[in-house]
Amino acid sequence: MPIEAATALSGKDVVGIGHLSTGEIQLILDTAEELLDVAERPIKKVPALRGSTVVNLFMEPSTRTRFSFEVAEKRLSADTLNFSSSGSSVSKGETLLDTARNLMAMAPDFIVIRHPNSGAPHRLAEVVPVSIINAGDGINEHPTQALLDALTMRQRFGSLAGLKVVIAGDIRHSRVARSNAFLLTKMGAEVRFVAPASLLPLDVEDLGVSSFLRIEPALEGADVVMMLRIQLERQKKINFPSMREYFDFFALTPERLRLAADHAVVMHPGPMNRGVEIDSLVADGEQSVILDQVTNGVAVRMAILYLLAGGRSEAASDS
Amino acid sequence: MTAADDGSTALHQVLDKSGMAHTVARMAAEILERDGDDLMLVGIHTRGVPLADRLARALEEATGRKVAVGWLDISLYRDDVGPWRPAHQQPVLKETVLPDSIDDRVIYLIDDVIFTGRTTRAGLDTLLDWGRPLAVRLAVLVDRGHRELPIAADIVGKVLNTARDEDVRVRFAEVDGEDGVWVGSGVNGAD
Repeated sequence: MPIEAATALSGKDVVGIGHLSTGEIQLILDTAEELLDVAERPIKKVPALRGSTVVNLFMEPSTRTRFSFEVAEKRLSADTLNFSSSGSSVSKGETLLDTARNLMAMAPDFIVIRHPNSGAPHRLAEVVPVSIINAGDGINEHPTQALLDALTMRQRFGSLAGLKVVIAGDIRHSRVARSNAFLLTKMGAEVRFVAPASLLPLDVEDLGVSSFLRIEPALEGADVVMMLRIQLERQKKINFPSMREYFDFFALTPERLRLAADHAVVMHPGPMNRGVEIDSLVADGEQSVILDQVTNGVAVRMAILYLLAGGRSEAASDS
Repeated sequence: MTAADDGSTALHQVLDKSGMAHTVARMAAEILERDGDDLMLVGIHTRGVPLADRLARALEEATGRKVAVGWLDISLYRDDVGPWRPAHQQPVLKETVLPDSIDDRVIYLIDDVIFTGRTTRAGLDTLLDWGRPLAVRLAVLVDRGHRELPIAADIVGKVLNTARDEDVRVRFAEVDGEDGVWVGSGVNGAD
């Protein structure tokens, strides 16, 4: 699959992987790679976004994604405003669009939004003129997570094309799994979903991935094993008998990991439930790149902010 | 196709391959005379990088000692792109590599052309976020005038009297497939 090189993003927003071209994905990853060293300089800040204002609109609990965005914004010298649903006017019944219109009065340049409703960032992007970055919407997409996962895989394997990637866990409620499936299939990787039938999405065939009801056959020859958290907060009823049973059948243990390729890496978007979907020996083992994912998350978010701050790819450049 | 015959502008050559080699050798001699060989050369992307490599080779030939060479990407520090210039695309980032700490060392920033001085300003700001050098000097192959900031080069290969809208093209075999400097009436001013 040929990748058409891009030198800029074509849209004003990054609301999902679905609307990014392979060239745009490549550009974000290449830019992130060069931004990693900002964290290693004596002065961990560059002036690229000085004078810009970013609103972090988090309508759902988040620690690492919110911190990661905030660090990314600060390393680029943007000013940040944090807005969360608890203790704000949202808990007093204000609608998302009214909140956004009010925030517009503060002249932000970017709104980073996490929302429990799928599609909320897309709706916001239609009605406000500033750049919207999706930090996770319902069970739809989490594009920055898929991009940081892709960067982590690319660092290990050089390229995404041809990689065999197992994604196991609560796929049905996972926007991480969906964004990863979109990104990885676009970039030529093979994606294998593993979950009990009750936790597989209904549209698994449309995503272009294969699905497995047992973890062992999926692990065979895998380059990447990504374990997802069981999201009890998104399940209306529990979809499997017990945590213990889930661990026995689906958790990544050292024995199961041996079925994957010798060079396989273990990933997890966090927060981990040790002893539910992942054994501590694996989470802390040599094959784990879970902390690299966190480091790469900051760089990927910096890359998106940096690229969105410039002209679009259709816009004429001056040289 | 060479810069001189691409047909888009009327360019005339002011330095050929051997002229460029002589100029680089003289610049290296001046650097040596001024600061000795205990220094680091830092080339500004794109064409400061091959120039820094050639100066390093010339210094090594003269002294027999290895010279530290780094590369600097100034994109994050430019004043002509960013959120305040929304019509302009962000530059594609390139690698910044400094082989060692720059603290308490003499650093030579290396660029192919000095024009408005804005690139040098961005280069200085980038460099100083990496440490506190003993001194920073600037070496350029071509000084074409038209400064917009109070900045001067310490080592200059060749001074060219140009009109503001003239085009100066420096080409290095490593990047462009040939060596040489051309001047002419074009639309782009290199800096």
